[in-house]
Amino acid sequence: MKGYEFIFTGVKLTLLPSGALWWPDQKLLCVSDLHLGKSERLARNGGAILPPYETRDTLHRLQTDIETSGARTVVCLGDSFDDVEASENLPETEALWLARLMAGRRWVWIEGNHDPGPIEFAGTHLAELLRPPLYFRHIARVGASGEITGHFHPKAKLHVKGRTVSRPCMLFDGDRVIMPSYGTYTGGLWSDHSVLSRLMRPEAIAVLLGDPPQPIPMPR
Amino acid sequence: MTTLPPTFDRWFAQRGWTPHPHQQAMLARAHEPAVILIAPTGGGKTLAGFLPSLVELGDAPEPGLHTLYISPLKALAADMRRNLMTPIEEMGIAVRVEDRSGDTTQTRKKAQRADPPHILLTTPESLALLLSYEDAPRMFAGLKRVVVDELHALAESKRGDQLMLCLSRLSALCPGLQRVGLSATVEDPPALATFLAPYPAQCDIIEADPGPDPDISMLTTQTPPPWSGGGGRYAIREVLDAVARHKTTLIFHNTRAQAEIFFHELWLANEAALPIGIHHGSLALEQRKKVEAAMVASALRAVVCTGSLDLGLDWGDVDLVIQVGAPKNVKRLVQRIGRANHRYNAPSKALILPANRWEVIECHAAIEAVLAHDLDGDPRGPGPRDVLCQHILITACSGPFDATALFDEVTTAGPYADLSRAEFDACLDFVATGGYALRAYDRWQRLMQRADGLWQLRDPRLTQQVRMNIGTIIDTDTLKVRMKGRSGASAGKPLGEVEESFAASLVPGDTFLMGGKIVRFETLREMEVQVSRDRGRKPKLAVFSGTKFSTSTQLSERILDLLRRPRLPDLPHHTLDWIALQREVSQLPRAGRILVESFDHEDRPHTCIYGFAGKNAQQTLGLMVTRWMEDAGLGPLGFVATDYATLIWSVSHLDNPAKALDASGLRDGLDGWLAENALMKRSFKGAATIAGMITRNLPGKRSSGRQATFSADILYDTLRKYDPDHLLLSITRDEAMRGLIGFGRIDEMLARTGGLIDHVHPGRVTPFAAPLFLEVGKVPVEGTGVEALMRAEADRLMIEAGLA
Repeated sequence: MKGYEFIFTGVKLTLLPSGALWWPDQKLLCVSDLHLGKSERLARNGGAILPPYETRDTLHRLQTDIETSGARTVVCLGDSFDDVEASENLPETEALWLARLMAGRRWVWIEGNHDPGPIEFAGTHLAELLRPPLYFRHIARVGASGEITGHFHPKAKLHVKGRTVSRPCMLFDGDRVIMPSYGTYTGGLWSDHSVLSRLMRPEAIAVLLGDPPQPIPMPR
Repeated sequence: MTTLPPTFDRWFAQRGWTPHPHQQAMLARAHEPAVILIAPTGGGKTLAGFLPSLVELGDAPEPGLHTLYISPLKALAADMRRNLMTPIEEMGIAVRVEDRSGDTTQTRKKAQRADPPHILLTTPESLALLLSYEDAPRMFAGLKRVVVDELHALAESKRGDQLMLCLSRLSALCPGLQRVGLSATVEDPPALATFLAPYPAQCDIIEADPGPDPDISMLTTQTPPPWSGGGGRYAIREVLDAVARHKTTLIFHNTRAQAEIFFHELWLANEAALPIGIHHGSLALEQRKKVEAAMVASALRAVVCTGSLDLGLDWGDVDLVIQVGAPKNVKRLVQRIGRANHRYNAPSKALILPANRWEVIECHAAIEAVLAHDLDGDPRGPGPRDVLCQHILITACSGPFDATALFDEVTTAGPYADLSRAEFDACLDFVATGGYALRAYDRWQRLMQRADGLWQLRDPRLTQQVRMNIGTIIDTDTLKVRMKGRSGASAGKPLGEVEESFAASLVPGDTFLMGGKIVRFETLREMEVQVSRDRGRKPKLAVFSGTKFSTSTQLSERILDLLRRPRLPDLPHHTLDWIALQREVSQLPRAGRILVESFDHEDRPHTCIYGFAGKNAQQTLGLMVTRWMEDAGLGPLGFVATDYATLIWSVSHLDNPAKALDASGLRDGLDGWLAENALMKRSFKGAATIAGMITRNLPGKRSSGRQATFSADILYDTLRKYDPDHLLLSITRDEAMRGLIGFGRIDEMLARTGGLIDHVHPGRVTPFAAPLFLEVGKVPVEGTGVEALMRAEADRLMIEAGLA
């Protein structure tokens, strides 16, 4: 698979241009923070009224990644739905689309802060998933090692000759990987935010999404 | 003809005045559906506008709202109340006058709705808000006249379009309502009449005696102006001297940042300690009020100011106006000059200070235009539909409405006279259901049609959100600046605002200018920038939003014409030298040909195209040429346009500009390219905000750029992909075409020159190209060029950090 290849706690992984993480030895595809149904939840709560295409857009990218990788296992790393009600309100076409993607492969829903309860969709619902030497959970824990998490939607800036390029990114160091958000209408947290600076080691790398993804020293 | 009642006659006589002819003309036409009065500042315009109302109200008026006065500035409304109270009190007539704006207290606003004054002075936004209340018909019942001040300024923006929609609503509530427009400088009176009058009614135009021509000249200085830059700092000495020789001087700048720097430098050089103040839209209200009060009390010798003073507060004895930097627009210059000398029959005195040598030419051209009474301005085109969407929502807040009745009403507004029913229905559909895109989602529907056919809000709680988001001014996200500290005289004192992006770039210890003071950035706390006093360090430059206007196309033409004269006019020798140097290292633009320069700057190829087509067309040209370059693999990185040229930088050289400027080639695929451009995304954000898709303020929440969880860019991309016919995209295209006008002008330019290009390789930045490097509004080109740069920089960083 084309993307950014790196070794993390002895495991060979690839960050795909879309922001998905591919573990070839396990045929495992990991995506984080899909936030499906975000526009629906915002509207329901009296927020902004946005066109409801983000779910379709996100599913479209997910389908492409699953098809090209031939994933046997898909891990959704939490905040897959913008809230539990959004999962119940997913329009029929999109619910069916998701069901089609799930058919014939192992599918793990990790609990996120937005979708803590069980959801209607099939698959396995877990607080966290252990696949030694890797841990998949939603929010990073201080002191953990071999951990793959999401939650923060990291993004980073690169200054190039008077211009600033900003992109969503994956952060990683020897202990942890923080995944970029995969959903369409999702914002981000700058990598120089104190929360991320404290969490990541000084030598951490930020991999900017793009085709191919581009590593830089994590801006902090 | 209406004659003045005895009370008024006596008052005029007591003052030793006779009414001006145009004041009498206004009385004579008091019953026309619409009248526009064009009169110079100081010509008794306001009294002329109000005289018919005062006469009609008489000595003992009935209670109820009679006249609505609307001004684009809330300060103007308050000022007007003071002015109007003088004749009312002196004549002893029982007319109640009140003002209402965002600054009015809630209690007073409530009282005004219950028991309105005879004359209410307000702003377009406050009127829109009033019309959103259910009791609007009761409050406005009996309204006879609407007076719109500074009509020309409103007619240039969406605020004016919104106001005309509000007037159509008012005319429906009060049949027979008369409209009066007041204006000082108008380039096209009939167009303004069409804008104001309820379609298809006629509108009389009364033009007062314009008074004598202004006494206007260029400020000559010992030091020549620099080759580029915009501050005018080189002339501090001469400006101080001019201030010392006059009673009160207004020193106008085109941007707030420039005003700040100039003010700071003035004080450093102000050995005589002349009292000088500063006034601009980013300063705290308290600060501005202090300066205004000092001005009225004649306690200041000069005020450094910006567009915030373009419009007419009556400020005592201003006897000199200095315009720093090229005026960019003849009409605005005339307006600013008018601020000097409010005596009707004496000429206004003004000095123009060019900030660089290019501007010397522009200032000369502008003075020629002022003396030739050649005003500029672009026709505005039909009323924008995002404003209509907001109007429909506001109407729904006030109560159920009939679609056909509203359509009929809306099309009486000048800007919307040509609106088709289909276009109206599309807007109604968008407001009601979100349009095709959102229709499937039942709960997203904001309006519902009742059994009787009327439309109403589905959820009455929506009114609060709508009212919080009224208006068409899209603010840049700003943060308040305050003095830090718990104790001490200055603790917690508000200083003004800076743009959020600027605040985000500050680290503790950085200093910047605010109200002429150097302040030190301490912390960012609860969405406020806290600063402390700091003296004597070199400050950073704060970025302020505010009006950035471009040189009018008419003025650009005058400049080009001037350069092509066989004998250059009488310009200062340094500018003549500069033009001579341009001629020597490159060449001057020639008639019937386009000048293109290619040179390297900081190891990067640059191309400068002198089209003199006006900023908008030059910008469109930038889009077209960079697209061509992207296809040709030259890696365009970005461009910037001014009124006379477009500067493009790229990875590789553009060797054959004739090919890039080929008219037919340029047009191919332009639509797709335009659609992906950053300029379009900017227009989209504005339209989506005004039309109510992106909400600025939610009840109980402060929404800021930082907190927004999605970006307008992503919204735009998603809509383009899944719903390319969406109403907001169509509005965005209209808007961009209007803003980026110039297909016609570019075509005309290319046809006129027939592809004849003077391509020169001067081997250095040329005198004429230098100012372009300092222009704001650089447009990045997202393409292979920037991608390649980014990768090279990323690799360099990885190696430097020892990570690769």
